[in-house]
Formats: sequence, structure tokens, C-alpha cells
Amino acid sequence: MSVLADDAFAAGQRPAKAPRRQPTGFGLMAYRASKGVRSPTPYLMLFGISLWLVAYWMLCEGLQLPRFEKIPGPITILSDWLSRTPAQGTSVFTPEYYQHIYVSCRRIAIAFFLATLLGVPLGLLMGWSKTIKDYTFPVLETLRPIPIMAWVPLAILMFSGYETPVIFLATLASFFATTLNTMLGVQSIDESYFRAAGCLGSKKWDVFRHVVVPGALPFIFTGLQISVGVAWFSLVAAEMVSGDYGLGYLILSSYVNSVTVPMVIGMLTLGFVGWFSSAAVRWVGNRLMQWHVKALAMQGR
Amino acid sequence: MQTQLNNPAGAPASKGAISIRNVTKVYDPDGAQVMAVDNCSMEIAPGEVCMIVGPSGCGKTTLLNAIAGFHSITGGEILLDGVPLCGAKKPLADQGSDRIVVFQNGALFPWKTLAENVAYGPMVQGRWPKAECIERARSALNEAGLGAVADKYPGEVSSGMARRAEIVRALINEPKVLLLDEPYRAMDALTKQIMHEALLEMYDRTKVTIYFITHDLEEAIFLGDRVYVMTTRPCRVKKVIDINLPRPRDYHTLTSEAFRLLVQEADEAVHEEAIKAFQAGEREMA
Repeated sequence: MSVLADDAFAAGQRPAKAPRRQPTGFGLMAYRASKGVRSPTPYLMLFGISLWLVAYWMLCEGLQLPRFEKIPGPITILSDWLSRTPAQGTSVFTPEYYQHIYVSCRRIAIAFFLATLLGVPLGLLMGWSKTIKDYTFPVLETLRPIPIMAWVPLAILMFSGYETPVIFLATLASFFATTLNTMLGVQSIDESYFRAAGCLGSKKWDVFRHVVVPGALPFIFTGLQISVGVAWFSLVAAEMVSGDYGLGYLILSSYVNSVTVPMVIGMLTLGFVGWFSSAAVRWVGNRLMQWHVKALAMQGR
Repeated sequence: MQTQLNNPAGAPASKGAISIRNVTKVYDPDGAQVMAVDNCSMEIAPGEVCMIVGPSGCGKTTLLNAIAGFHSITGGEILLDGVPLCGAKKPLADQGSDRIVVFQNGALFPWKTLAENVAYGPMVQGRWPKAECIERARSALNEAGLGAVADKYPGEVSSGMARRAEIVRALINEPKVLLLDEPYRAMDALTKQIMHEALLEMYDRTKVTIYFITHDLEEAIFLGDRVYVMTTRPCRVKKVIDINLPRPRDYHTLTSEAFRLLVQEADEAVHEEAIKAFQAGEREMA
């Protein structure tokens, strides 16, 4: 070793630096952050957002183009949203605002939970067993295309109060998306995994636990992301028809009372919580599917 | 460690003689009958490395599927150590860990690490307690030179390593027969050579019966005790070539005169069938 190093010095070369080991924990976070700051991504995002804001401002407040003059612009909205005494009654300081967010989020949580609880097992069974699929698929495929809004009257007839019909509608929309994706997920599993499992002496239950469920997981989580999206969609629609609280109710009641700022605040809030909810689903999925994340990473994605 | 893949006495754990007797397979997709295998017979001795060579889509895989229990046969019978696997009364063989397949595109479960993959068979069969299965899987991987990647997922390792791990996953169950369906098809020549040597090394250790499908003649002669050249569809045995090259073999074998002559002999038989298959122009069957 020392001989080699001496030779290297003699040849006028620097001794080779030991390659850097992969940092862990906080070091890894710092490394990623510094790498992120050096990449164009954060700057492009900021630029994109400001471009959009400027365009919005020009349309509504700067130029006040026809058809846009009644729409509150970004400055009006932000000053009301962040004001302690909002002119139109809704801001981050009014408890009622949080009540709306809380009620909607709770409904989504219940609906999404129910839909997942029912949809994933049903989808798995439908994908796995031809018999179960034969029983259920025609019914499911007939009910699925019915727009959620068409279920509203039935939901109100069937369930009492404000809460249950709204949750029912969100659950229903979310359930169809989850079930279908889960079923497709099972069907997408390569036949050779089933054969390999058979060769290795699996019983039926082993195949279900070790092949069907993990094999369908990437599709299931794609389905869950879609399903949380359609749950929000149908929730807001339902809240507009029947409700006492919730972001959908906030938007419609603001419109009815001719206050436009809370209407837009409600919309933007929906955007943020919707984004957050699908990011949360994605995060859980990546936690459960390290194998998938790592395989994608090896492909440079 | 040796005891894990062999039985304690050190002799081959099991026999693994395969008799394929007058096997016929007729597919009838959409009512049209297609004869994939026609009256095909083979006797594979225990511990023999049997190489099946033939043009693409000739029905080699159909035979493998029948032995493994993936597909039924329509005539004849297949026996393992004199016990019928499938025949007239029972066209579809049961799947079991005495006959393990290594697949063309690899079928390690991507959601399990290599160690979990290898431990899977013994675990579901209840061979040993779970912790012991993982423990033994690790040492089996170590032995195959894969100790460093035992905790990686198949998507993170090279295809050569994955394929080797798949063979380890098969052998840990002490199968009587290892069925390989063109396992090295997609590999470059250099990797292939390393894979061949690794397979030969594993074979010398376990003496398991090997049924190996390929359309690479040199591969067949380098690895095999006997090469079956098959006709194009319907699949029949066209020529049987005994390979008397001494074992253990290594890459020096590839340049020997005896090897060259065997390749020449086999090539004539295969070439004829390849032309027939090409002229028939049928789409390859998986």
C-alpha cells in the first residue's frame, strides 16, 4: 500500500481520495436539499407560479377585461384571506373557515376509508377469481358509468340528515375507481409469478398473500390516488346540493349570497387539500413499495 | 452447507428420472386444432443434463409446461421416477416443488428481496421455521457468491445475478428436476459464459436432473450430457446426440476439437429444422 502511494507521489499524482460514502439521516437530507437548490426545478416552479399569478392579476385587476371585472383578483383575495377583519367574512382568522375545511376533510376521510376497505378486497377477489368476477363485473360496470350527480336524489331519499348522503356519494365514486384499478392490477401480474409460486409449493392462500396482493399494489395505489380525487369531486358536488358545512357548501352559499371572495378562497383551499391528500396517498404507497421505488430509481426515474 | 443442497449422506438427494412416453398435445384455440407435440418420447436418466434444442415455437416449452403442471397433455404420459405425473386419466400434472422451473424472463418476485425470494419455497412448504428459512437462504446465496446483494430487490441487481438467485431459489427446495426455459436468452455472450460456469458448478454440487431448453447449440453442447434436437411443429425428437465431453467442464472445453465436431454434427440437424420452421412462417408460440 505504502509502496503504491509512494509511487503515485513519485509520478507527481495526488493519492486517490476515498470515494464518498452515502450519507444517512440529516446528512442525506442536507445533500438532497443542496442538490435540489442547484437544479433548475425550484426556480422553474417559482417562475411558473409567478407567471400564472401575473396573468391572473392582469386579467382581473390590472386590465379588468370584460367578463373578468366581477372576478376577484389575487390581491383582493389575498388581502381578504389573510385579514383579521375580512370584508366578505372568510379568512384564515375566522373559525368558520376551519370548520368548513374540517367537515369536508372528515367526510373525505370516512368515504375514502370505507371505499378502500370495500374496494380493495373486492377488486383483489375479482382479479383473482374468475367466478367472482363473473358474478360481479356486469353489475359493477353498469353502475359505474352512472354520474355521481345522478345518485343525489336517491341518496337524499335513502339517507337522512346532511352527513350520510354526502358521505355515501363520495364513497360510491371512490369505491368504483378503487375496485376497478385493483382488479386490473391483479390481472396485470405476470403469469410466471403465479407459476413460480406454484412450483415452489404455495397453497392458495400463499399465492394470494405473496403474489396477488403485492403484485397488484402499484395499481392499487394508482387507483387510490384517482379515488381520492374523485371523492373530492363528488363530495363537493354533494355538498352543493345538500349540506350545512363543508367547502362545497361554502362555495355555493357564497355565490348565492353574492360574495365572490370566499367562493374563490373555497376553490383554492380545495386545490390545496386535494393536492395534500393525493400526496399523502402517494407517500404511503412509496413507503409500502420500496421495491417498486428502488426499481424505478435504477431506471433513472 | 453442502448438506443443504444435498442430503446428509452426500449422495444425490433424489432420483429424478423423467419418462416422456408418446406425448401428444393438441391446442384448439377458437376451434382450430394445432398440433404442438406429436408422439414425443424421451427417457431422461436421474442426474442427466438434458438439453432440448429446436427452432423457436416448435413446442419445446409445451413439454416443459406439461412436466411442470402448467398445461395439460392430450395423449401419452409423463412419469417421474416411475410415478405418473400426467396421462390419459389425469391430463394436468400437479405443480410441486420436486420440479421447479426457471423462467425465460425471470420470475423472482420483485417485491421480495433476494433472501426472501430464496426463503419463500421452504417457508410456504413449512420445511423449517421462518427464521431458519431466511438464515438458510442467506447462506445459500452466500455460497453462490450473492451474499452481498441478499437484501437487495431483484430490480436492483443485474439480470445475471437475478437469474443466479433464481436458480438458488429453486435448488434450496432440493427438487428432483430443474426445468430451465431459455434462461440465458437475453444475455450478452460474456455474461452467458459466467452463467454457464456457475450453473455447471451448481450442477456438480447437486447432480439434479436438468431439463434445459435453448436454441443456442453451443450452449447445449457445453452444458449437456445429451442433446435432443427437436423437429419444428409438431414437436418430435429428430436426433439425440450424446455429449461425452469430460466433466467438470470449463471454457477450455469450448475450444476443443471434440466440442467443434459435436457442434458441427448438431448444426446440420438443427439447420434443416430451422429452414422448415422459417418456411412454415408461423408466428412463434410462447
